[in-house]
Amino acid sequence: MSSTELRELAESVFADAYDRDAVGFDTGLWKTCEQTGLARLTLPEAAGGSEGTLSDAAALLEAAGAHAARVPLAETDLLGGWLAHAAGLPVPDGALVAVAGDLDMASDGTVSGTLTRVPWGRAVSAVVVLTGDRVVVLAPSALTVHEGANVAEEPRDTLVASGATPLAAGDAPAGAADELALRAALGRSLLLAGAARGALARSIGYAGERVQFGRPIGKFQAVQQQLAEAGSEVAAASAASAAAARTAADRGFADDATAFAVAAAKSRCGASATSVARIAHQVHGAIGFTREHDLRLVTTRLWAWRDEDGNDSHWNGVVGTRALDAGPDGLWPLITGTP
Amino acid sequence: MSDTLTALPALVPDPVELPGHLADLRAQVREFLADERAAGSWTPGADVWLSGWDEEFSKRLGARGWLGMTIPTEYGGHGRTALDRYVVTEELLAAGAPVAAHWVADRQIGPSLMRFGTEEQRRKFLPGIARGEVYFGIGMSEPDSGSDLASVRTRADRVDGGWEMTGTKVWTSGAHHAHAFFALVRTAPKDDSNRHAGLSQLLVELDRPGITVRPIPLLTGAHHFNEVVFDHVFIPDEMVFGEIGSGWAQVTGELAFERSGPERFLSTFPLLASLVGELGRAAGTDAGTRREIGALVSRLWTLRRMSLAVAGALESGAAPELAAALVKDLGTRYENEIVDASRLLVEIAPDPGAEPGFARLLADAVQHAPGFTLRGGTNEVLRGIVARGMGLR
Repeated sequence: MSSTELRELAESVFADAYDRDAVGFDTGLWKTCEQTGLARLTLPEAAGGSEGTLSDAAALLEAAGAHAARVPLAETDLLGGWLAHAAGLPVPDGALVAVAGDLDMASDGTVSGTLTRVPWGRAVSAVVVLTGDRVVVLAPSALTVHEGANVAEEPRDTLVASGATPLAAGDAPAGAADELALRAALGRSLLLAGAARGALARSIGYAGERVQFGRPIGKFQAVQQQLAEAGSEVAAASAASAAAARTAADRGFADDATAFAVAAAKSRCGASATSVARIAHQVHGAIGFTREHDLRLVTTRLWAWRDEDGNDSHWNGVVGTRALDAGPDGLWPLITGTP
Repeated sequence: MSDTLTALPALVPDPVELPGHLADLRAQVREFLADERAAGSWTPGADVWLSGWDEEFSKRLGARGWLGMTIPTEYGGHGRTALDRYVVTEELLAAGAPVAAHWVADRQIGPSLMRFGTEEQRRKFLPGIARGEVYFGIGMSEPDSGSDLASVRTRADRVDGGWEMTGTKVWTSGAHHAHAFFALVRTAPKDDSNRHAGLSQLLVELDRPGITVRPIPLLTGAHHFNEVVFDHVFIPDEMVFGEIGSGWAQVTGELAFERSGPERFLSTFPLLASLVGELGRAAGTDAGTRREIGALVSRLWTLRRMSLAVAGALESGAAPELAAALVKDLGTRYENEIVDASRLLVEIAPDPGAEPGFARLLADAVQHAPGFTLRGGTNEVLRGIVARGMGLR
């Protein structure tokens, strides 16, 4: 499938599933994603995947963000499926998530401990946990689930294991902790870029319809200048997240250039999220600030996602450390990725 | 909902990874620049594409084959891609090298001559441009025409064998050194129902009788800008550029090309590198400072990837005007962000008389900053273009 076809498929699948009033896991949409191969886009065929590239995943996740799709695509494909497969474990069916956490492992193989704010914890068929140098796969049915949510009303649950028997366990692949963090940040960046586009598109649509002083508010230069600024922020988020995905696709996550690109992208997307959400709400006026309007579906995601998987400040610290370590003569080679 | 999403055009082209062979080219340019700096041929500066006029340096670049790179070899160029040129250009700008002399000719005039020029014009100018020996200015703005470019009043009247040009152009960088410039002139009376009609471009050699070049010093007193006055200057038919009456379309096409290059976000990069050096010398740089540097560097990395994406799209024949305007709006504001952060993160006052280093780069950058968001179309005008491109207006 070409990237254009993939993008069109993703857009149409998410548009069909769009329901402004629904919350929680979208079972129907998930089924469609599984049937179309979108659910495990980058996983190898042996793990039930479609063997797509990270650039394919970029197109998919960006579209998911734009349409506020209520399915754990990044969590299943980029995180849970990847970690289980990389640890040499069978990849469970259904929706997945992976988290890093501290679990106590008993000699009989059972595990105990608490995993906080697990994305979609209540809805997935398995949680893949990186704990120390081990990977364990847990079924939520073996855990106590304390439901929680982010500001976008997406499940962020606390899962408690008390002597739970894993579905599978194995050694973690080398560099798993770093790669898991980078994959999560990359997935989140792509979703942010999509949600930012969704907020901008809604704002432009609204500015063309809402009439004040006898003309659509989009005819006023003050509003145009604000929306153009939002446009530049959306473009920056798209460019950064897509470029990071491309670098990861070409060089792999172990490459320093990928680590730098993902860190810079998550930072940039977080900053864009803040600007775009602010401008979108300002343009929408009071109605956008209500439950009646669906602008909230994307702006609340911008607010939630900018702080998940490392906020701007966290990744700025990573980039800043790399830059200061590089020094005045190494800064430019760091930015170009060519030492 | 999906209607509003599909109504919004793509804001940025797909990402580009530079082809592997360009790593060799980049390494060659870096080696050349290291040798130049070791020899002390010039001092790295801020805003070098306006202020770093060094004809000998331009000729050395020409001798290396790094000017007129995209011009076909039959016209003295090197037949390489726009991405090849991008790599050379960004390396030169990042190093703060003096690129002003050849800047306009290499960036703009070469490609424009290939698009619109006659065979005779190409043969006349392109080989010298590629050697780094022929320099150009741009004659667009006038005392009463800035953002409203279509209101230009410099006119050219039909005479035997050519056109007679009268009027005044301003803010023409380097006209006191340049051999020629491109002028946007009115060749037919203004038609209020179609303001963009009746405009044409002329190639004006600046040694023609009737031309007066006067300096317009910058606020620092430095001489880069000029006023160029034309008093019944004869321009032969051979120097009409493109089609009479098509000036507006030609000029706006050029603007799209010049908006998204690395010079739109690297004008103050040498200051950022120097800032990193200053901070590195202070033991135990704190977390807040690291984050501020990280934010600046993340934005720069993003701008470069955006700009490269546009360059890749241009190379494949697309005309991503909207994305180009977005790069310029974000990038030129970013050039100012470096200045703001530099003065707050390090307690060193800008000093134009200091030895080369942070204080002097900061002074250059502070004093040149107003120009960043003005040249090539003000950010407010660009945002109008963006708004229209996104479906507003």
